[in-house]
Amino acid sequence: MRVVLVDAGGTNIGSVRYALQRLGTDAELTSDAARIRAATHVILPGVGAAAPGMRRLREAGLVDVLRGLTQPVLGVCLGMQLLCERSEEGDTECLGVVPATVRRFDDMPGLRVPHMGWNGLSREREHPLTTGLDEGDTAYFVHSYMVPSGDYTLASSDHGVLFSAMVASGNFMGMQFHPERSAGVGARLLRNFLSL
Amino acid sequence: MLNRRIVPCLDVRDGQVVKGVRFRDHVVVGGIVELALRYRDEGADELVFYDITASPEGRRVDRDWVERVAREIDIPFCVAGGIRSVGDAREVLHAGADKVSINSPALERPALVGEIADAFGVQCVVVGIDSLRDDDGEWRVRQYTGDPSKTKALRKRTLDWIDEVQALGAGEIVLNCMGTDGVRRGYDIEQLREARQRCRVPLVASGGAGTSHHFFEVFREADVDAALAASVFHSGEIAIPVLKRELRARGIEVRA
Repeated sequence: MRVVLVDAGGTNIGSVRYALQRLGTDAELTSDAARIRAATHVILPGVGAAAPGMRRLREAGLVDVLRGLTQPVLGVCLGMQLLCERSEEGDTECLGVVPATVRRFDDMPGLRVPHMGWNGLSREREHPLTTGLDEGDTAYFVHSYMVPSGDYTLASSDHGVLFSAMVASGNFMGMQFHPERSAGVGARLLRNFLSL
Repeated sequence: MLNRRIVPCLDVRDGQVVKGVRFRDHVVVGGIVELALRYRDEGADELVFYDITASPEGRRVDRDWVERVAREIDIPFCVAGGIRSVGDAREVLHAGADKVSINSPALERPALVGEIADAFGVQCVVVGIDSLRDDDGEWRVRQYTGDPSKTKALRKRTLDWIDEVQALGAGEIVLNCMGTDGVRRGYDIEQLREARQRCRVPLVASGGAGTSHHFFEVFREADVDAALAASVFHSGEIAIPVLKRELRARGIEVRA
């Protein structure tokens, strides 16, 4: 197994790497196309806004590289949103490997945005990535934009609206929450990804 | 449903966790990583590390322990104290902190809030506010509270500052009510309710926790997203698993 973390300047790269180390996996941090293509598992972390996130991928020449991957790919937080077609955040064209448009949480009375904290995960369909996920399990979220529910939704969460907490479209998968900061549940889900 | 968060705050001074009463007379509580792991194991939802000497002394948070914490724990944590620039924030975030909290430097130069939000997203910008009620009945902001000899009372009203920092890009606000801090008679419900009215972003209550009931009260009465406390956790007077069981039994959703 050779796991790489795509280095596109996200600030949570260190945390994701440490989480993998706690699982006994030393992931290489790289923006090199050949090394990414040669990996068995690719993780696209990301924190921040969609437009600068995509700009960094373009500048690193990684847009087509990522689109063309056939091994398991996991986007985390912003990384998951970048897998979608578009994001309303800065009206940004994204990688387009998950058929969804990223939207902002609607303004609703009493609804806090950013959605920040531990929220429940409800399994929406069977998938190896959600193995062992139990009713009542929670994960740590921090985000203002979300992927609406759709056929690609593996697990959903509720914050004024049901949205995608986990997605999968072919070999491309995503976790909106931070598995690296979601205690035992996060470790379990990362282990599921590594065992794909 | 989004759960309410229980957040132990670890005041860091010279590489160790300390605790004082009303921001004075600090005593050592324990090692940083050791306490972080203890709270993680007990079910804390998030940790805040506050370098209480950094801001008044004009020095920066030492990054080494941030990285050690990031390697060891698997819950989110925020680092506060002495973050005065985008560069300072980057250093702490790249070391593995999930959020940075700025307090006195945001008062010195409010544009800093927006600069960090633009660089890393609003989700990692927490603004800490130290607030005390003045004789005229208004809550006003205090600056440099880490050192009583340097603490300044500002004319800025706390509620106005809450509006201002949200407009600038704060993703979360920690309101430390200095009048109730350290005396364990409960959170400042009145002030926190007022703050809640102004706050669209998550609001964290700080200052005054003494019993489990105080946590229940602040979640129910002031509708805060998280409650922060230090001494009651450090001393073991309140055990987080017991606190969470009690909150859950009384209808407050908290992470199991």
